[in-house]
Amino acid sequence: MTNRIEFKNVSKCFGEVEALQGVNFHLGQNEVVGLLGDNGAGKSTLIKILTGYYQPTGGEIYFNGDPVEDLTVPRARELGVETVYQERALAELQTLWRNIFMGRELTTSFGFMNVKKMQAETHSLMTESMGFTSTAVTPNSAIQTFSGGEKQGVAIVRALYFDADIIILDEPTMGLSLKETRKLLNFVRGIKAAGKSAVFIDHNIFNVFSVADRVVVLDRGTVAGEFMTSEISLDDLMDKMYRIAETGSFEGEVDEGFSEGK
Amino acid sequence: MDNTQTIQPYKETFSIRRFARRNGTQIGIISVFFALWITFIVSAPNTFLSPMIYKAFMSTIPFFAIMAMPLTLAVIAGEIDLSFTSIMAMGMIIFILVYDATSNVWVAFLAALVTGLFAGFLNGILVVKLGIPSLVATIGTQFFWRGAVLVLSQGKSGTLVYTKESLLRPILVGKIGGELPMQMIWLIIITIAAWALLNRHRFGAHIYLIGDNENSANLMGINSGAVRIIVFSLIGVVSAFAGVIASLYVTYFWPSLGDGYLLRTLASVFLGGTSVFGGTGTILGTFIGAFIIGSIEAATVAVGLTGFWTKLIYGFIIVSSVAMHAFLRKRLK
Ligand SMILES: Nc1ncnc2c1ncn2[C@@H]1O[C@H](COP(=O)(O)OP(=O)(O)O)[C@@H](O)[C@H]1O
Ligand SMILES: [Mg+2]
Repeated sequence: MTNRIEFKNVSKCFGEVEALQGVNFHLGQNEVVGLLGDNGAGKSTLIKILTGYYQPTGGEIYFNGDPVEDLTVPRARELGVETVYQERALAELQTLWRNIFMGRELTTSFGFMNVKKMQAETHSLMTESMGFTSTAVTPNSAIQTFSGGEKQGVAIVRALYFDADIIILDEPTMGLSLKETRKLLNFVRGIKAAGKSAVFIDHNIFNVFSVADRVVVLDRGTVAGEFMTSEISLDDLMDKMYRIAETGSFEGEVDEGFSEGK
Repeated sequence: MDNTQTIQPYKETFSIRRFARRNGTQIGIISVFFALWITFIVSAPNTFLSPMIYKAFMSTIPFFAIMAMPLTLAVIAGEIDLSFTSIMAMGMIIFILVYDATSNVWVAFLAALVTGLFAGFLNGILVVKLGIPSLVATIGTQFFWRGAVLVLSQGKSGTLVYTKESLLRPILVGKIGGELPMQMIWLIIITIAAWALLNRHRFGAHIYLIGDNENSANLMGINSGAVRIIVFSLIGVVSAFAGVIASLYVTYFWPSLGDGYLLRTLASVFLGGTSVFGGTGTILGTFIGAFIIGSIEAATVAVGLTGFWTKLIYGFIIVSSVAMHAFLRKRLK
């Protein structure tokens, strides 16, 4: 079966900074891939290339086996990609419904918006998916009044609303309570169960391990390795992650004592 | 998620407190409007109880209020334009040159609008493609277009009496029933169009979004550069239109046309509650703001102060309304 997405030798430079160097990456049909790596490893950069926000400096991108050049955000969406960005991509002063439909407002004709429909859809999302119960929050409430967890919920529900079959989640559990995190992990399992694919990024290795079919480890802009979660134990994966962080290689010798000035 | 099922229409229960919170700035500006109006009537009843003054307002305020509408869009998008006063004159000098060549006022009118569109487009390119802050870019083009007008006109004024023979003049600046100035009708049309664009069209939604958080808007696939270029172009074409009506009204062209409008137009937008930080603002606020600004000049004179006071008052209004937004923003953070 062809991969939903494939990166061949993809690089991305920001001026002097080489955020990605010759990365090969793929996302299979009905697969959940976990992306791990330290801060600055290039995880978000990889995601933003995939969603069409950044143009890669080099390399090729394939969707369903077909090469795609000049990928843009709207084009990636047409190809079925929905994203929860690490920075959430919300507009604080705007209403909830304007945030949910940001960039793809429902229109009637000549680009005029169907405001009533968007408010109604938002209201049903609030009660059914976001679990808002307070009557103080309405589709016309500005996002700036929401708590961190609620904002994250908006970003997640927005990505799920549009019924995409590739869902990208960049550190979605950031700012979530334990209960909300569990709900989110179940969401990701639901994506898998529905026959869709997902890329899941999280700092918490337990979360990644519990939902991913495969884990890809990024280190300073390169793929350091990948593991099937069915073939490695959580302990082994943690040990490997630790070696990577310490030595830059899975096989490196780790000094078990406390070293100074490392 | 199943999007095909029919969704219950959403009806929000009305709450006065919520209404007041959401429309705070608009309620504020309307209150200021009535407070000032009563003050004017009390301090100069002879002037402000006669219909004469209101007729005068309807003839003169539209000249700058028309431009305040697209300028509001730019400020909401987080930009500013200081070149529109020169674009007014630039459109008008092209009007005259094209009329001299073709003897057709309609072609001349069209040429003026196209000139404005081009000048606005150029501002957009400087800001979006070259990344020059709009404050600097449009100060530059303000001088550039004013310079071009002076060169093309040789600094000379000129009569436009020939426009009296055409239908263009009554359409733009005639009086309906000898009373209601056409420029007021144009102001109302442009106000409604700007309102619909901003509040009911997806383009307006994108204006708010990029002024609020451009990075988010871009991540969600909005082409913020294109939105900005269109907004600057709109200011350009509307300014050229305002230049034509202001000149045809007096059937006269003068090379410093537009000079007095910069402060008034900006003050209308900021007094109207549009935030200099972007992301918020309303067309209704600007409309009322323009009428307050327009009446201040008449009021200062009627109250017995000299005209020198008006600039001071405009300046005070700009600084205090911008400062108020800075204060509110700090408190929210
Ligand atoms: N827009 C940008 N401009 C310049 N450098 C960037 C930009 N985005 C990311 N980087 C750099 O690229 C590297 C990878 O960043 P990122 O992809 O955000 O890492 P991660 O998501 O794994 O923490 C970092 O060194 C970061 O500083
Ligand atoms: Mg990141």
